[in-house]
Amino acid sequence: MVNAVIMNPKDTVVTVTKYISFNEDVEYKLNKETYKIKALSNIPMNHKIAIKDIEKGEAILKYGETIGYATDNINSGHYVHTHNLSSNKIIITEVLDEN
Amino acid sequence: MKINGYKRSDGNVGIRNHVVVMPGVICASGVAQKIAIKTDVQYLYNPNGCAQNSKDTAITVQILSGMIANGNVYGTLIVGLGCEGISEEKYIQEIRKKTNKPIFYISIQNIGGINKTVQRGIEIVNLLKEEANKCEREVCDLSHLILGLECGGSDPTSGFSSNAVLGYVSDKIVDFGGTSVLCETPETIGAENILKKRGLTSEIGQQLYDTIINYDKMFKENGEDIRNSNPSPGNKKSGITTLEEKSLGCIHKSGTKPFVGVYEYGQIIDKKGLVFMDGTAYDVASVVSLIAGGAQLVAFTTGMGTPVGNAIAPVLKITGNKHTAEFLNDMIDFDTSESISGEKTIEELGEELLNKIIKICNGEEVKAEINGFSDMAINQFHSYA
Repeated sequence: MVNAVIMNPKDTVVTVTKYISFNEDVEYKLNKETYKIKALSNIPMNHKIAIKDIEKGEAILKYGETIGYATDNINSGHYVHTHNLSSNKIIITEVLDEN
Repeated sequence: MKINGYKRSDGNVGIRNHVVVMPGVICASGVAQKIAIKTDVQYLYNPNGCAQNSKDTAITVQILSGMIANGNVYGTLIVGLGCEGISEEKYIQEIRKKTNKPIFYISIQNIGGINKTVQRGIEIVNLLKEEANKCEREVCDLSHLILGLECGGSDPTSGFSSNAVLGYVSDKIVDFGGTSVLCETPETIGAENILKKRGLTSEIGQQLYDTIINYDKMFKENGEDIRNSNPSPGNKKSGITTLEEKSLGCIHKSGTKPFVGVYEYGQIIDKKGLVFMDGTAYDVASVVSLIAGGAQLVAFTTGMGTPVGNAIAPVLKITGNKHTAEFLNDMIDFDTSESISGEKTIEELGEELLNKIIKICNGEEVKAEINGFSDMAINQFHSYA
């Protein structure tokens, strides 16, 4: 059952339209095809889940545009929010440099 | 497409026929409010009027004169104190640049105290009401409508449901020859490259781009970052993570038409088609600027729900959040959540919303009007002197 929306084919996250529990299937439609991924975290309703592996420092795409940068490595199926996504690219670069 | 509106002497069209009482300065608020309550007319709260620097004074006068000139207003009584910074002459001069409609001014220090001013005010307002009641709705072309596009208390459903439906309506209004206004500059940050491409000419696109970049820069030069206060805690809790994400959802309400102009905060809008107004993302102060620019109706999308209203124009609340539509039913006018459940398409809901807007133009009251809400804030850049 479709329980998430994708805004643009380029997107690396989708928005779930109901509360998703760990291990639950997240389904979204793109160009009439249905795609399915397994949730690796609990996701609150209307929040985002990664549909691709995203590396620390990499741009995260929604609406086909950059909505910020990953502050940590994010695996497909993981919850994406303020704990691992930030507007600010510079801070992330500094963190990467320290590593 | 036609609406039944009020044709004004200055060529504007109103969808309401308000007589307005406004204090010229905060100090006169109590007296002005007594007059408005006793005569049952619209009370336009003025949060300023004195002790502002010249830039903020200019913004205050720009907003208040624009609201009084709005097509929804038949005529206005301004109640001053007498010694304030924005004088009778200043108000009249700025209002007369925008409209020739009836304006009266009285001041407490000149008339002689509270009771005499209230009494005189009631006499003037009763005369205005008598004249206003002679106005009748006439068939007008929809092209006279300026629709303000606003959002507040956003959640992720705003981006993919309510703003998408409103974007469909915005396109339709433009197709019918009317005007649609996107505003809230901070909530276009992150979408500046998209909007740049949507200028009717490359100059307009560049102007739009520069307006957005400069707003962000202005905060940074003052040691602030808009991103520290926007998204709000509520936006974040509902699922919006960054300002860029919020902006990309926000701009959906402007549909797909090209931008034909960029206006300053509260500046009178004189072009047909889709335009942009520069200004704050604080929704109350933004609604106010749209109405000062001439918007007779504000379409306001909200994910979490808000009761915000305005004394001059109906503020129509639209949500894509089913829970909000049901739980906060007494402040929501239109529910687009069926676009998420798949029961209806964006286009179907867009047609329904357009019909609702026509009804509101013809006199149907929105929830904020039924509740008599009239919120007021004017953006300012400096503290009081």
